[in-house]
Amino acid sequence: MAEIDTGGGGGKKKGPKKQSTKVDMTPMVDLAFLLITFFMLTTTFNKPQVMEVNMPDKNNEDKTQKLNEKRAMTVILGKDNNVYYYQGVNNPEVKKTNYSDEGLRKLLLDKKKEVRQVTGKDIFVVIKATEGSNYKNVVDVLDEMSITSIPIYALADITPADLDLLKKNNLE
Amino acid sequence: MAKVKMPRKSVSLDMTAMCDMAFLLLNFFILTAKFKPEDPVTVDMPGSISELKMPDVGVMTISVDKDNKVFFGVEGQFVRREMLKLFAGQYKIGYTPQEEQEFMNLSTFGVPANQLRTILNMSNAERNKPGVQPGIPIDSADNQLKDWIAQARYADKVVAATNGTESKGLRIAIRGDKATNYPTIKKIITTLQDQNINKFNLITNLEGAPELAGQ
Repeated sequence: MAEIDTGGGGGKKKGPKKQSTKVDMTPMVDLAFLLITFFMLTTTFNKPQVMEVNMPDKNNEDKTQKLNEKRAMTVILGKDNNVYYYQGVNNPEVKKTNYSDEGLRKLLLDKKKEVRQVTGKDIFVVIKATEGSNYKNVVDVLDEMSITSIPIYALADITPADLDLLKKNNLE
Repeated sequence: MAKVKMPRKSVSLDMTAMCDMAFLLLNFFILTAKFKPEDPVTVDMPGSISELKMPDVGVMTISVDKDNKVFFGVEGQFVRREMLKLFAGQYKIGYTPQEEQEFMNLSTFGVPANQLRTILNMSNAERNKPGVQPGIPIDSADNQLKDWIAQARYADKVVAATNGTESKGLRIAIRGDKATNYPTIKKIITTLQDQNINKFNLITNLEGAPELAGQ
């Protein structure tokens, strides 16, 4: 099959023509590298990031520890991207903030420092999400915890007492 | 003046070696590439600074879209088949071998038990249309997600046992949309906690970590 090109009718015989065996491979290499880049990028960036969440064991309720009131800070995720927070447990003053860098993050950093100075121990943050909050809010708050490197925090259910507290302070 | 004759050098160089290598790498990446399976659910994930990667094997994914519809998916075709058999036994539904085959290729689904057959008899394009799959019920009265999770975990063990290996247990990842409301997420978390699963992952997009002054 490769010998088909023998030079027309066969009248003139000048011997085999010397043809270069070299092929210009530039376009092929170009294409190959393009595809390599494509596959490399798609394979490495395909894996999504994950956040790990550990919830307390429900069956071990008796293990819940009593917390020092001064260390506890509660963050309530309200609707329309509002965040409410209070410190302590007994009749606290509820304040409002937001998810921005200047809002929640600054607040957490300040409180963390303050609690450290007052009690000598780490702050404990309880996160309570209301029905009006969405998944992004929860992830944002959990993310703030890792940004501000707060070691102890918990996702808890919102209680009627908390809702009353919000109502009393005319925040909702 | 005598002319200095420069030897003519060819500008074309031998690219065979480079070409070989390029194609070798190309082959490698093509073979290792995992293509994203078609999904019936579009999820716009929130970002976080977490750099943990999703584990490679043995993950079940619970996806929740912005309308709070819950979808379920588990990796591994044999795990899926076993899971469907167990689920069918629990709900007293019989599936034909063709339907089981179809289910093996279904990476994510979100239908109540009584509609699963309809979905299995649809074409791929049809069932992945938005709005076709109404989501898996997760109400406390009818929590089918719980059954799927339980059966998936059991199926994983069964498959591992038939392969003669020890199952490492399925990891659980929740893939929620930014706009998913919290009660739905809470219901899922409660469902997991009810089965003594207290450790799970939330899938997020990568976001750059901010610089913190005075840390």
